[in-house]
Amino acid sequence: MSLVSVRNLTRIFDVSKPWLNRVIERRPRALLTAVSDVSFEIEERTVYALVGESGSGKSTIGKMLVGLLAPSDGVVDIRGVDLSRETDAEKVDAVRADIQMIFQDPFASLNPRWRVRDIIVEPVAARGGETAGLAERLLEQVGLSARDAGKFPHEFSGGQRQRICIARALASEPKLIVCDEPTSALDVSVQAQVLNLMSDLKDEFGLTYLFISHDLTVVQHMADRIGVLYLGRLVEEAAPSELFENPKHPYTQMLLAAAPKLDGFGREVAPPTGEIPDPINPPPGCAYNPRCPLAQAVCREERPVLRNVGGARVACHMVD
Amino acid sequence: MSAPTLSIRDLTVDIPTRHGVLRPVSGVSYDIAPGEILGVVGESGAGKSMAGNAVIGLLSPPAHISAGEIHLNGTRIDPLKGEAMRRLRGKEIGMVFQDPLTSLNPLLKIGDQLSETMLAHLDISQSEARTRAIAALDEVGIPGAAQRVDSYPHEFSGGMRQRVVIALALCAEPSLIIADEPTTALDVSVQAQIIALLKRLCRERGTAVMLITHDMGVIAEACDRVAVMYAGKLVELGPVRDVLSAPLHPYTDGLMGSTPLASRGKDRLHQIPGAMPRLDSLPTGCAFHPRCPRASDQCRVDPGPAIEDGAGRAACFFPINREAVA
Repeated sequence: MSLVSVRNLTRIFDVSKPWLNRVIERRPRALLTAVSDVSFEIEERTVYALVGESGSGKSTIGKMLVGLLAPSDGVVDIRGVDLSRETDAEKVDAVRADIQMIFQDPFASLNPRWRVRDIIVEPVAARGGETAGLAERLLEQVGLSARDAGKFPHEFSGGQRQRICIARALASEPKLIVCDEPTSALDVSVQAQVLNLMSDLKDEFGLTYLFISHDLTVVQHMADRIGVLYLGRLVEEAAPSELFENPKHPYTQMLLAAAPKLDGFGREVAPPTGEIPDPINPPPGCAYNPRCPLAQAVCREERPVLRNVGGARVACHMVD
Repeated sequence: MSAPTLSIRDLTVDIPTRHGVLRPVSGVSYDIAPGEILGVVGESGAGKSMAGNAVIGLLSPPAHISAGEIHLNGTRIDPLKGEAMRRLRGKEIGMVFQDPLTSLNPLLKIGDQLSETMLAHLDISQSEARTRAIAALDEVGIPGAAQRVDSYPHEFSGGMRQRVVIALALCAEPSLIIADEPTTALDVSVQAQIIALLKRLCRERGTAVMLITHDMGVIAEACDRVAVMYAGKLVELGPVRDVLSAPLHPYTDGLMGSTPLASRGKDRLHQIPGAMPRLDSLPTGCAFHPRCPRASDQCRVDPGPAIEDGAGRAACFFPINREAVA
């Protein structure tokens, strides 16, 4: 059984101007659809990755999964409990204790006035758990020293801070960790250390990750299953080998071709055309149709549904 | 080979502080030929941006050039101060920064920003400057340049803004462009567009480019040669194909090994133990020796052989011997 099941998830933000401006300037309400009808499942002890460019809604999905944002429509089902609708407080609390999050910027996500020990044990202390020696044990597990527990965050480098964030996420012994761009702020050599650590911890504690990233090479390295987002819609979902060797959606193909390659010396490719459209007024039909080389009349009229093609799921009219 | 556009010799930058002198750039030498793209790569704190800022005279005090020479088209430019340096900036050296929004004035129409630069450096009239501004925007691929010339920066998307910044850097026809992480803030598809644009424009005009980035993929695709920096020193310099596919310095090798690659599958990533040393506690000898698997006693005292252009690619006593491995 899958640990997480997301069904028809939608999130709409109201980005209208204030009421008086709307009346004077005669403007309608502006609604931004950040996530639109997204469905996927995460199996236990696997890594599910969401990739996409900025504005594709990947962080919004992560926030809805941990409950930092409420869905406008659709369901986030974690171990059979729908967090936004469940009324039994005990059930909600039990599921929440199983979810943790690691954020992108390790400088912004640690309180500069707290000692590392207090930061790490907070998820446990807040629930009245036993915290003696916990921080020291976790610090050693993430490759720092037990002596570091008495220090403050500013005494650590970016990579070490991200290790502290990981230790904090592990403190409450969660089952699911949502990682929102965990290595984007780090240098390559430090990124390698953190990715290796995350893989080791996953095996050791039987963790499940939702891994959010814009970096295709990192995703390919970490994920068991990858979902590609474009303008808030899931356009393709497949296993990494399938996705990278045989991308089916034209957007995935463009993304893979545009990513710089380490062995692409002096590579001359026609760069992709256009940019992500305005999410307040998305193009009708398939969101990718204005940039798509395969677009036909049907793509401009009808939004394609996600359907099974081989081992993958693709939302495109032109794929067989 | 023609005379280099930019020639840096033993460039050293010092920052005096209360606790002693920090040296973010130490004895760096390289040349950039006309039309060549030199990639400068390294992790944060390696001194790559500091070296770029030294060339264009934008070091913020107390940082200053304490030794070495910088020559641009045969003229020594490092002693230039104030007005003389100001005339050079924009005219001879163009600059593209990481964040396109902060490099544009939000209160000026982009056409006015372009004309302002051209009027300051070129002997042309107002109306000609406007015509040229439209042509420059058209050249960097902004659709409807004649209308967009009267837009403000906030009306453009991130990728379009970076195109405007490139137009701004190129409008006075400089012989050298310094691009400091020009695509780091951009999405992959837009990054590909910007890199292709930089390559095309510089090849057409024979402009030399110093491309500062931490992204090895961008280096591989855009550059002719690459300079790898570590803790303020140049550790490896050579043609991009050689350096990336057969690195000689253990640091470059580690850097390449830690980059996730399709061909490596899901194996563990190679990791370099430790982290880049802080500038106030640089190790003696070769700065990389505490993290280096090949280090010997000699590395702990001697900073390693200097890199001469043409001979000796890596500043290392024990470069990885490719023949022995193969």
